[in-house]
Amino acid sequence: MPQNETIAGLGLDEYKYGFVTEDQPVFKTVPGLSSDIVRQISHHKEEPQWMLDFRLKALDVYYSKPMPKWGGDLSKLEDTLDEIYFYLKPQDQMERSWDDVPQEIKDTFEKLGIPEAERKALAGVGAQYESEMVYHSLKEQWEEQGVIFESIEDGLAKHPELFRQYFSTVVPTHDNKFAALNSAVWSGGSFVYIPKGVKVEIPLQAYFRVNAERMGQFERTLIICEEGAEAHYIEGCTAPVYSTDSFHSGVIEIVVKKGARFRYTTIQNWSNNMYNLVTQRALVHEDAKMEWLDGNLGSKLTMKYPSCFLVGERAHGEILSIAYAGDGQHQDTGGKVIHAAPNTTSQITSKSISKGLGRSSYRGLCKVYDGAEGAKSNVECDALLLDEQSRTDTYPYIEIDENTASIGHEATVSKVGDEQLFYLMSRGLDEAEAMAMIVRGFIEPVAKELPLEYAIELNRLIELEMEGSVG
Amino acid sequence: MSEPLLSIRGLRAKVEGEDGEILRGVDLDLERGEVHALMGPNGSGKSTLAKVIAGHPAYEVTAGEILFEGEDVLELEPDERSRAGIFLAFQYPAEIPGVSIANFLRTAVNSRLGEGEEMDVFGFQRTLTEKMEMLKMDPGFATRYVNDGFSGGEKKRNEILQMAVLRPALGVLDETDSGLDIDALKIVARGVNRLSEADEALGVLLITHYKRILNYIQPNVVHVMMAGRIAESGGASLADKLEAEGYDWLQQAAAAV
Repeated sequence: MPQNETIAGLGLDEYKYGFVTEDQPVFKTVPGLSSDIVRQISHHKEEPQWMLDFRLKALDVYYSKPMPKWGGDLSKLEDTLDEIYFYLKPQDQMERSWDDVPQEIKDTFEKLGIPEAERKALAGVGAQYESEMVYHSLKEQWEEQGVIFESIEDGLAKHPELFRQYFSTVVPTHDNKFAALNSAVWSGGSFVYIPKGVKVEIPLQAYFRVNAERMGQFERTLIICEEGAEAHYIEGCTAPVYSTDSFHSGVIEIVVKKGARFRYTTIQNWSNNMYNLVTQRALVHEDAKMEWLDGNLGSKLTMKYPSCFLVGERAHGEILSIAYAGDGQHQDTGGKVIHAAPNTTSQITSKSISKGLGRSSYRGLCKVYDGAEGAKSNVECDALLLDEQSRTDTYPYIEIDENTASIGHEATVSKVGDEQLFYLMSRGLDEAEAMAMIVRGFIEPVAKELPLEYAIELNRLIELEMEGSVG
Repeated sequence: MSEPLLSIRGLRAKVEGEDGEILRGVDLDLERGEVHALMGPNGSGKSTLAKVIAGHPAYEVTAGEILFEGEDVLELEPDERSRAGIFLAFQYPAEIPGVSIANFLRTAVNSRLGEGEEMDVFGFQRTLTEKMEMLKMDPGFATRYVNDGFSGGEKKRNEILQMAVLRPALGVLDETDSGLDIDALKIVARGVNRLSEADEALGVLLITHYKRILNYIQPNVVHVMMAGRIAESGGASLADKLEAEGYDWLQQAAAAV
């Protein structure tokens, strides 16, 4: 793969993630959480009563649940939450065309390095800037096909019945503490509906970006892929570096109906002070196929386990994930597959890289219910340690109640070997280049599944993260 | 052109952090355009010498010098030595999963070109294809991951391919012939000969256990290494004598010293 040339061609060399664009929010709540704040959010969004009731009930659930004691260290999170703004709204109304998007926001996109051609060629770019969609345009052919790709707020306003039918059915409020929190204060995200039999060729893309200090980001995405439909949704985001703690807690719900195929790709690169606690789950029906491609960089702590609930016969779920834990970062990631129907199959492939004091953990659950005859699951997790200090752990949970199930689990831990480094250096690569090449090779099985520009960006981000790691 | 291509003087080396020298005073001169065979029993220090020439960090040089084109290279990193023109064909090449041969080699080629002067993809591809044809390699080979799952023969051929693409001034071939069947051996030998023909100044230090490869690559000089030193040097006929009589006579001679 001619990575270096291509990067230059796309102008990604200019990309740096430590920039800040001055924000001019129109509306800001006070920091901290209360039922008043939740009422304000709902009022501001002009929501129906049922949604306000839903939010308030979720807030109670949030308060009633204890902080998780597993995964990463959340002991300082409560203090952080008191200082977070739970809602921001940068503009009064949605933008309809690119020309209407304020220059300042375009500048942000420029710095994010989204190629010009991509902005224009790829339709349906929903850009989330400070908690809310500011730019959203759908390609006409999609509208003709009946595809809905809206901000989550517009989804609720314009398609209330469809919305209410599926909302919170995949990730119920009481699922976990942070799903409850998101349910109470969600803002921004996408609503996607792919009608029966429709194949969407161009990936649906949503770029969003957290850009205000102490700002909480609680995006909520709901996707319904009807029978026999096919689509690919891509979400990528980068966050600037700030000194105070920050918090992101999203909920992604996906319904993949009979015979449908859906792929959800996300590359997240949070600033090093970010708590990133995300619940993403898909309900996969008969003969349907769901794929999660998940890349996690940055953040202080990420806890994220994309899940496939295989509820129909022969449903297939796949989770491919890459995590990079640099100094002071903890990536607690993995995947969950629940086999609840006969002949369902799943594959989890997890690749993690740890550097310095970074720690990466694979945490995965494979559950096979009684009666899910012939279920097959395979888990592969590979960890790469870049030096002596870095750390990795594996927590595979396997619960099998069906004796015809077949489950495979394979875990490897490798260190960048002296012989590998010497070999590459003996061909003229300096130590940093050699190290980067070994890491690129390690993530290649996942990176090759990404659209080219994302694969390049991922490699570039990891190289930026690795800068100064040798020598 | 007074100084030899490679001049090794009184070289002593050991494994970093361990006692006991493996190289115990190696002297060797190799002129431009010459092929030298380095033979000797297991454990005599042949492979150690190869790695020390290339700058392997696991070895510590305790005395002596290695002059390459008149310059002392002992302070240079392995990548600097490579860019200066030293190439080591590994006895056991490392596997680099996920990195294609084409990507790897292009990065290596570009590492020796200045910024902005990098070889473009198409130019590189032509060079690579040409060298692969010379070594009778399948074009699909370039897309495979470096040494990942390669047979012994494929690994060795891959080493020679890299040498052909990188065009060093000195090639150190560490038992490139071992583990090859006769057909693969002929191909590899032919490849090395072609490189010598294409570049008359190319120097080759051919480390081997067996005389077999010397039937295909004619050495100017044959050295025999015993217990960390060059015990005997001579013409091509020395290899014949070794094949007929083994190393015992040299061991006895060495013991007498």
